[in-house]
Formats: sequence, C-alpha cells, structure tokens
Amino acid sequence: MSTTDWGIDVPDAPHTETVEGQPIRFYEVDEHSHPEGYSTMLGFWIYLMSDCLIFAILFATYGVLGGNYAAGPGPRDLFELPLIAVNTAMLLFSSITYGFAMLSMQANRLRATQGWLAVTGLFGLAFLGIELYEFQHLIHIGAGPQRSAFLSSFFTLVGTHGLHVTFGLIWLVTLIVQLNKRGLVPANQRRVACLSMFWHFLDVVWIGVFTVVYLMGMLR
Amino acid sequence: MTPHPAPEVGPILGRLSLEAIPLHEPILIATFGMVAVGGVALLALLTKFRLWGYLWNEWFTSVDHKKIGIMYMVLGLVMFLRGFADAIMMRIQQAIAFNGSEGYLNAHHYDQVFTAHGVIMIFFVAMPFVTGLMNYVVPLQIGARDVSFPFLNNFSFWMTTAGAVLVMMSLFIGEFAQTGWLAYPPLSGIAYSPNVGVDYYLWSLQIAGVGTTLSGINLIVTILKLRAPGMGLMKMPIFTWTSLCTNILIVASFPVLTAVLALLSLDRYVGTNFFTNDFGGSAMMYVNLIWIWGHPEVYILILPLFGVFSEVTSTFSGKRLFGYTSMVYATIVIMILSYLVWLHHFFTMGSGASVNSFFGITTMIISIPTGAKLFNWLFTMYRGRIRYELPMMWTVAFMLTFTVGGMTGVLLAVPPADFVLHNSLFLIAHFHNVIIGGVLFGVFAAINFWWPKAFGFKLNSFWGKVSFWFWVPGFWVAFMPLYVMGLMGVTRRMRVFDDPDLQIWFVIAGIGAAMIAAGIGAMLVQFAVSIWKREELVDESGDPWNGRTLEWATSSPPPEYNFAFTPNIHDLDAWYDMKNRHHDRPVTGFRDIHMPRSTGSGVILAGISLVMGFALVWHIWWLAGLSLVSLISYAIYHTFNYDRDFHIPAAHVAEVEEARSRQLDAVRARETQAAGA
Amino acid sequence: MSSHDQTADLSHPDLKPDGALPAATETGHEGGHGAHHGGQHDGHAVAELPHATMRDYVIGFTLSVILTAIPFWLVMAGTFSAAATAAIITVFAIMQIVVHMVFFLHMNAKAEGGWSLSTLVFTIIVVVIMLSGSLWVMSHLHTNMMPQAHELSQVP
Repeated sequence: MSTTDWGIDVPDAPHTETVEGQPIRFYEVDEHSHPEGYSTMLGFWIYLMSDCLIFAILFATYGVLGGNYAAGPGPRDLFELPLIAVNTAMLLFSSITYGFAMLSMQANRLRATQGWLAVTGLFGLAFLGIELYEFQHLIHIGAGPQRSAFLSSFFTLVGTHGLHVTFGLIWLVTLIVQLNKRGLVPANQRRVACLSMFWHFLDVVWIGVFTVVYLMGMLR
Repeated sequence: MTPHPAPEVGPILGRLSLEAIPLHEPILIATFGMVAVGGVALLALLTKFRLWGYLWNEWFTSVDHKKIGIMYMVLGLVMFLRGFADAIMMRIQQAIAFNGSEGYLNAHHYDQVFTAHGVIMIFFVAMPFVTGLMNYVVPLQIGARDVSFPFLNNFSFWMTTAGAVLVMMSLFIGEFAQTGWLAYPPLSGIAYSPNVGVDYYLWSLQIAGVGTTLSGINLIVTILKLRAPGMGLMKMPIFTWTSLCTNILIVASFPVLTAVLALLSLDRYVGTNFFTNDFGGSAMMYVNLIWIWGHPEVYILILPLFGVFSEVTSTFSGKRLFGYTSMVYATIVIMILSYLVWLHHFFTMGSGASVNSFFGITTMIISIPTGAKLFNWLFTMYRGRIRYELPMMWTVAFMLTFTVGGMTGVLLAVPPADFVLHNSLFLIAHFHNVIIGGVLFGVFAAINFWWPKAFGFKLNSFWGKVSFWFWVPGFWVAFMPLYVMGLMGVTRRMRVFDDPDLQIWFVIAGIGAAMIAAGIGAMLVQFAVSIWKREELVDESGDPWNGRTLEWATSSPPPEYNFAFTPNIHDLDAWYDMKNRHHDRPVTGFRDIHMPRSTGSGVILAGISLVMGFALVWHIWWLAGLSLVSLISYAIYHTFNYDRDFHIPAAHVAEVEEARSRQLDAVRARETQAAGA
Repeated sequence: MSSHDQTADLSHPDLKPDGALPAATETGHEGGHGAHHGGQHDGHAVAELPHATMRDYVIGFTLSVILTAIPFWLVMAGTFSAAATAAIITVFAIMQIVVHMVFFLHMNAKAEGGWSLSTLVFTIIVVVIMLSGSLWVMSHLHTNMMPQAHELSQVP
C-alpha cells in the first residue's frame, strides 16, 4: 500500500522552483566538511557551565550549613588570612603566566609555550601545596571534615576546587608532553585553549571561595 | 534497626564474602537460574553464529549516532522488562497481603523491589529511551552526518550501560537500596543503611550520570553548530527544538544530582555531616537539593515526547503543525519554569506559608504552557484527514491520559490539598499517569513511527493494535484504584494491610497490571513478527508515512553518512517542501565524505568505571585505587591518539547512491503500476 | 497519483545539480549558523580560536590584583562594620569575576555566534535560582521547625 497518496495538504509554500531566476537548491553540491574541532570550544564551554553548577550546589550547601558549628570551632578560630592571601596570589600569578603561554602559542613559539605552561604548573603546585598544608593543619588540630556540618561543607567546597586544580595539573603535564611530540598542530592548539578556559574558570571559582568562605567567614 | 549488622571489611575482598550471595531468597535464586540459563544460551548462540566480531566492530565500538541510538533503545527495553517485573511483584504482594497474610515478599526484599523499580524505570528505562530517540533522530532532522563529538557519544552510552549493569549486579551480589528511589537521608545514611544497598544506588547513578551529562552537552552542541544551511532556529523541526531544551535541562540539572549524591557518599564513606542528625547536618537540605535536580528531570523525560507527539500529529493529520511558534515558546517557558517549582515535592517539610504559596503558584503557572501545547495538537488535528496508524493511536491515547494526569498534578500543586495527599497512593497514581501516559506512550508512538526509518520495514500493525488495546485500558484499570485509595488516605510503599476493605482495589489494580503485562507481551510479539515477516512490511521509499522533516529524505535505513549532500533548507517542514517543489536528488558529483573512526575506548573506559564502582560498593580499596589510576591512565593514553577520522571515498558514495536511485525507480514504477490498475 | 512523489522528478532536465552554487541559496543562511560558511572552505581548515592580546592580560591581571587586595585589606584591617565590609567585598568579587570573564576568558557577545554568552547568562540565572532558593527555603524551614531556646521554654 502506498501511503504517499494522501494528497490533502494545501501547499503552504508558493509553487515556484526558482528564486530570482535561479533554480532553488535543495542540496549543497559544493560543500565542505566542517573544519576540524569546529564544535570543541563551545562544547568545552558548556561543560564548564555544567561544572559551575556543581560548585553552585557546594556553595549553596556551604551557605545553608556553614553556620552549623556543632559547638566546634568557627571560621575565626581556624582561618589564617595571610596564608589565603598568598594562596590567592599563586593562583593569580598562574593566570597571567597561562596568558603568556597563550600569547606564545599565538606567536607560534613552541618552547616558550611549553615554558610558560610549566611555570603555570609550578604556581598551581604551590597553590595545592599551601592548600594541603592548611587542610593537614586543620585536621591535626581536630577540625577535620567530620567535626561539624560547617567543616564538612568547607572541606568539600574548597577540596573540590583543589581537586579540579589537581586534574588541571595532570592535564597540563600531559599537554606539555603532547606539545613535545607533535608541536603546535591545530589539535594541540585547541587543547591549550581548552585548558586555558578550564584554568581561568578555576580562578573565577576561587574568587567566590575566598570571598564567601574566607573573607566573609572572618566577618562572622 | 537494621536486618543485618555491617560485615567486616577484609583487606582483599573488602565487605564481599559468600554471604553476599542471597542463597536464602528462593525468588532470587530462581531468577538467577533463569538469567544464567538465558545468558549462557545467548552467549552460546553468539559464539555459534560467530557474531562477536560483528557486534564488536559494527555496534559496540561504533561512533555512528544511529547505531548508538538503537543500542540505547535496546538498553531501555531490556531494563524495562526488569523494572516491570518489579512492578508485577509489588502488585501481587499488595493484592494478597491482607487478613494477617504477610504476602510472599519479606520486608527486606519488598523494600528493595520498590526502590529498584523507581530507580530503574527513571534512570535506566526512560532516560535511555529518550536519549536513544534524540540520538537517532536529531542529526537526521538537522541534516547532519553525525553528532559533534562521536566518540563521546559512544562513551556516554557505555557509561549509562555500566550504571545499569551495576544495578543488575546488586540483584545477585549483595542487595539494593531499601530507601525509595531518591534515597532520602537519614534513612540512606550510614547509621540506618550500613550495608551495600545504598552504595550500589550511589555508584550506579554516578556512573550513569557522567554518561547522561556528556551526552547532553554533545547534543546541544550538535544542534547549535551542525544544522544544515538555511535551518535557522525557527526552522528547526519541533522534535529538535524539544531535544535542545531537554539537553539544556540535562546539562543544567544533572550536575546537581552528581553533587548531592557525592555529598551523601561523603557522609557514608568519610563520615562528614551534611545530612546526618547530629553535628549540624540537615537531612532536609538533601531533599531540597535533590529536587532541584528532580523537577527538571521530569521535564527532561517528557519534553522530547512532546516533540514526538507534535511530529506524529502533524504527519498523520497531513497538516503543518498548528502554532509552531507558540509550541517553541511554550517549550522554552517550561524549560525555565521547571527550575522554579521544586519545592512542591516537599510542601509538608514545614518552610511555611509564604514559601509554599510561591511554589504552589509557580507550579500552577507551569501547567499553562503545557495546556497550550495540547490545544496546538488538537488544532493540528482539526480538519485534518487523520490516519489512525499506530503512532497516531498512541498520540490520541496520550492526549486523553496525560490530561487527566496533568489535572491531578495541578490538584497536588495546591499546598493544603498536598498536605492531605502527600505520600499517598494518589501521588503514585498521578506520576504514573503522566509518566506512563506521557513518556511511555510517547516512546511507543516514536518506536512505531521511526522503526521503518531505522530498519527499512514497518512494524506489524495487528500485534501493535493488540498491544495498544491491552496497554491503554490496562493502564486505567491499574491506576484508577490508586487514585481512589489515595483519596482514602492509603500511603505508598506499604507491604501489608490491616483494612480488608482495601483488598478489592488492590486486586483490581493487579488485574490492570496483568493487562499491561499482556500489552508488553504483544509488543514483543509485534517486534518478533515484524522482523520475521519483514519482506512483507518492507518500505523502500524511505518515507512510509508521507513525512515532513529531513529524516524521511534519506533511505531507510540511512547510509552511514546520512546524506550524500547536505540538504539546503528553505522551509520549516523541509522535506515536505522539497517534495512539494519537486526537488531534485543529485546523482553525480559525489565527494569524499569525512567521518569519525570507530573506537573501543568507550567500552574500555566504561568497563574500568564499572569495576571501580563495584570496588567502591564493597570497600575493596586496592581495586578501587587501581581502577582509578587505570581510568586516568587510559584516558590520557586515549588523548595521544590523534588519528580519529577517515574519508569514505567518493566512489563508494556513488555506488551507494546509485543503488538508492535504482530503489527509488522501482518504488516509482510500482506506484505507477498500482495507479494504472 | 501523488503530486509530491519524491521520485517523480529524478529525470527533470532543468535541475541537474552541476555548476556553481548560485548566490540565491545563500539567503537561506541565518540565525546562529553564521560560522558554517565563515570563509574556511578547504578541508584542512582549523576552527577559530579566541584571539588574546598582551594588553588584555596585563589589564586583567592589574585589575585582579587591585580587586583582590582591597577586600583582603578591608577585612584584615577591619575599617568598616562587618555588614558594610561584606557588602563591599561582594561588589568587588562580582567586579573581579567580570574582569576575569572579559580579559582572561575573552567573553564577548560575538564568540561562537553569541552562544557562549547565552549559555553563560542561562547558567547565571540557574545558579541564582539554586542559591537564593535554597537559602530562602532552608532559612524559613529553620525559623519554623527549629524553635529557639526561649520558645522551647514556653511549650507546655
């Protein structure tokens, strides 16, 4: 049985086969495939947006539970702002050095790109070291994540950011090796640009962390 | 409080021991026997017919969105049978557990059954069905050759499958959660659920959630970046529109689920105090957070099916969709509003009149765009020449059923009414009314509609109708008694009952469930008969329903590259426009087509994740650590492969397209003959 | 017989798809699809990456340092009341986030055909709903369900 026989449609488009004297084209006969990596940057950006929501939930949890000290220590007893200031500086420096890596890449200077990426990695490592020292200190004085809902949400929020930095560092090292093997091919350029977005995104999250957790914590 | 004390944790096997095998549960042993026999038979057949290589090369490692879409549908169907088996078990238990009878399921088993039913039906049935449909149809509808990130698509599928496998493993090794499908603490906390059930729940959802989020990102980017030239946003097919909104909802809500389940995991594994009773934790914070994901989730499930109904209504009424623009805006409004209603799931929490009024009102507002959609479908049908083929029958059944479900939803949106009906069977009836009447009926409409596109032959309509007429009345018989009992105050998740007057209602509901079982059986017969007699049902035109959108412009099944030349779009109903204006299918000038290469990395990464999930469930720390390291190492290794694509030579394309031309000529000759006779 | 049978015109002589693409079909390009034919027409083309300049990074870094240092200084010195300080540092944090977005993440209305910015705006809306909603809902819950000590004493 043919089902194409239900000709009850009122043609809803004018029954012309030409536009301005030219035949209408229903197919791209002279087409070219999308350039390699055509969707990557937008895709990675949308991934970052979804990651942003994970942090939003952790911030919301900290906002709701952050005042529940359970008769334990509060932010004023625990946080040392000078340490946090140094930590923030590490992350800020790593931002600008990553920027220099991007600029070197645009100038097509492979070694300089790798060098600046390595410097960025060192700043990232310093940041992680300071954070781990702070965590270790807190746990040592009995203010671990199990102590109160405040400390649970503090460790989770700050720790998740730290975990992201850790993965950023693993990625960074991988990328330096890949640059060594293949140079600044388009695929690698795209990867450097994606990691750049990731790295700067972590900066943005850190602005929220030091403002809401540390600075506002000291005001309580 | 708990049936078993927490077992000791050994260094090698963690909490795992022979006691984890439920030898004391005859039902599980029998099920295991059947699964084992069936599984061994299947493996033997695959080996006998030497299908392993074919499956691995052509399906498991394929990055073709069409094959991945079909695999999602198969996953959904298999898990649907499991989820439905749970449903039947509950119905039988509740129909007989009266007058002092304990029924045939003990409390430990029954609580797992209702939890597994909910988890499976939402995460491993509805989600794979919806994702599978979007995967198959969207690239075809927008004239693309594949999705934006084909490897990621394959990986997403296998992560979802790994989650499903982990749930299935809990059936025979250990236990599943006994907490209800959202695992509210403190019941799901370590103090009250010290065993592996909740851990199975957490890790299976986390693994599957990775897949869902990535597939959401993939499809958004595909729709935004890979539309055929000329297809502006307001010329996108309506199913593509609803898919876009659905995937935005997925990407903007599944991270919430990931985060909140991670917090519960920390409570259970590390001893933090997010949702505990002591040390400042707040169990209601969990409920608040999980419903911030949970309400968008129900629209994730229903929106794509709204798209299906729109396509089906317009195709089978032979008319352009009525109110396309309003349909698009209604979808967008629903997408935004779905973030503003979550508290209606816990009005009784006690946040007071102002909060409850706000969320009650937003809930009532969200029903308006949904209602607008219903009127659009009705006006599309109005004065159309409607063909009552199976997809259209399911659509009409949906309109009738879903409207009732929607109305009871508005009823529940009134906070004072909700205080009476909360946690009752009325709620159960309501959400089954919208999920079965909306999501499942929509999936059935979609399967009947797009099956010929995927396989080149239609589904048998006799068995389809048998299935339809068992399913739809069966649904009403099964769930109307639940509305009645809910109004009488019967609460959900009960195992035994004291009041003998209730039994008759449960028996009626049980009869309804049996009718649904017959409907499912008829559907399986429909698939089998259709495959068996596929020669009689064959469709060579590629356009069996006189379709309107681009997926009908190509052959059935479509070639791996979908379109030899990318279509140029001039109208909303692009394919209808092409037919109407006598389009010309190019038959020369083919070029090499650039395509992604298949890869086994998705299977391997998901397999490692599965092992890691299992190790974490059983506290086998060395294995968990080992799998984490191998997961990261393999992912890094995968990024060192830069050679991910190939070109289909123009000669091959020309060959395929020539065969297609001959096929079309034959179809045309037959039609001319039929018209002459 | 059908008026729109797809096979009817396979032999139509006037519509053979040879020859160059006429300009007329280009009018079909619109709405969010600008990049499709963005001048990169050979098969080895590379997708556009955002272009950064030294000026951007230096301005961004300088502003960030200032916008970070002032809040730290305000809190450590304790010049203003707690409430005023909290308000000021919130404003500084928002400003710094904007600075990072513009100068480091190169966010603008044109990137990716505007989709980067649209997704960002959507994310901000959802984040605001989640944060403010949770705080609002949970604070009301706390007020209603966690009676303070003096209220407990009045319970008979």
